[in-house]
Amino acid sequence: MALTLMGRKVGMTQWFDGDGRAVAATVVQVEPSVVVQVKRPDTDGYAAIQLGWGAVKERRLPKPVLGHYRRAGVEPRRVLYEARVEDPDAFQVGQEIGVDVFSEGEKVDVTGTSKGRGFTGTIKRWGFSYRPKSHGHKLIRRPGTAGPMGLRKVMKGKKMPGHSGAETVTVRNLEILKVDADRGLLVLRGSVPGPRKGILKIRKRDA
Amino acid sequence: MTGMDDLIRALEEEHLREWPEFRPGDIIRIYERVSEGARERLQPFEGVVLRRSGSGTREMVTIRRIAAGVGVERTIPLHSPRLERIEVIKRHEIRQARPYWLRRITRLHKIQ
Repeated sequence: MALTLMGRKVGMTQWFDGDGRAVAATVVQVEPSVVVQVKRPDTDGYAAIQLGWGAVKERRLPKPVLGHYRRAGVEPRRVLYEARVEDPDAFQVGQEIGVDVFSEGEKVDVTGTSKGRGFTGTIKRWGFSYRPKSHGHKLIRRPGTAGPMGLRKVMKGKKMPGHSGAETVTVRNLEILKVDADRGLLVLRGSVPGPRKGILKIRKRDA
Repeated sequence: MTGMDDLIRALEEEHLREWPEFRPGDIIRIYERVSEGARERLQPFEGVVLRRSGSGTREMVTIRRIAAGVGVERTIPLHSPRLERIEVIKRHEIRQARPYWLRRITRLHKIQ
């Protein structure tokens, strides 16, 4: 559990690392989050900060949520989320937290929603093998048998075709290649779940 | 709001390097820093430019030369920080952007 910020995937590019090697990189735009509430062990049972992120029209939020923002004296944000922190007293309501909490070379975990694939077969969804294209075969992409003959039922959890993608995925241990505080951008080594403009959570790793 | 691609391009700008102008058909020499253990030295590679591909920091150049009787082609990232300098040895007027017919030419300095 550690400080988490939210951002948007901008896209991928390549980046030259310290040794001059070109590595795959993802650019993430991290707009500052604002502290909406500080949770302390004695009042809330655990230590955390509640953060708001992203611009939104007021009429898009339910009134109870608006009231929560008004009590904090903070402009309403699109998303409310929480980050567990060791020392909640280091934060005040209304404080803005931006990319500069990250440093180059640091490792982070990134959570997002993967691209939706719709209804897919077993080959794409579970990595089943194709059947041979020749030597009298047809039904090249079919899943084959659902189980042994003697069992007379299909075991629970059998991998079948169905909806795939659009699930929450976390990629851990991504190296930060560059922090651009002026533009609010992060360059991460490797890839990140979801489409461009997809919303991501970027979590600092515990030391 | 600026487009998202502009954000990437702005970030890449710091990696962009400036080189003398050259185009396919020209003969250039690229000096690359190579580290051998603790020591670093410059390794030149000279040859004719077969193509430039990609854009921004991802631009690459393919250079062909004849080394010990064998044709060798190297594709080098143009904006790599390992490159020390690029010299344009000879310029050629060539119509194609991808003059692959140069592979059939053995005495390159004589073309034109």
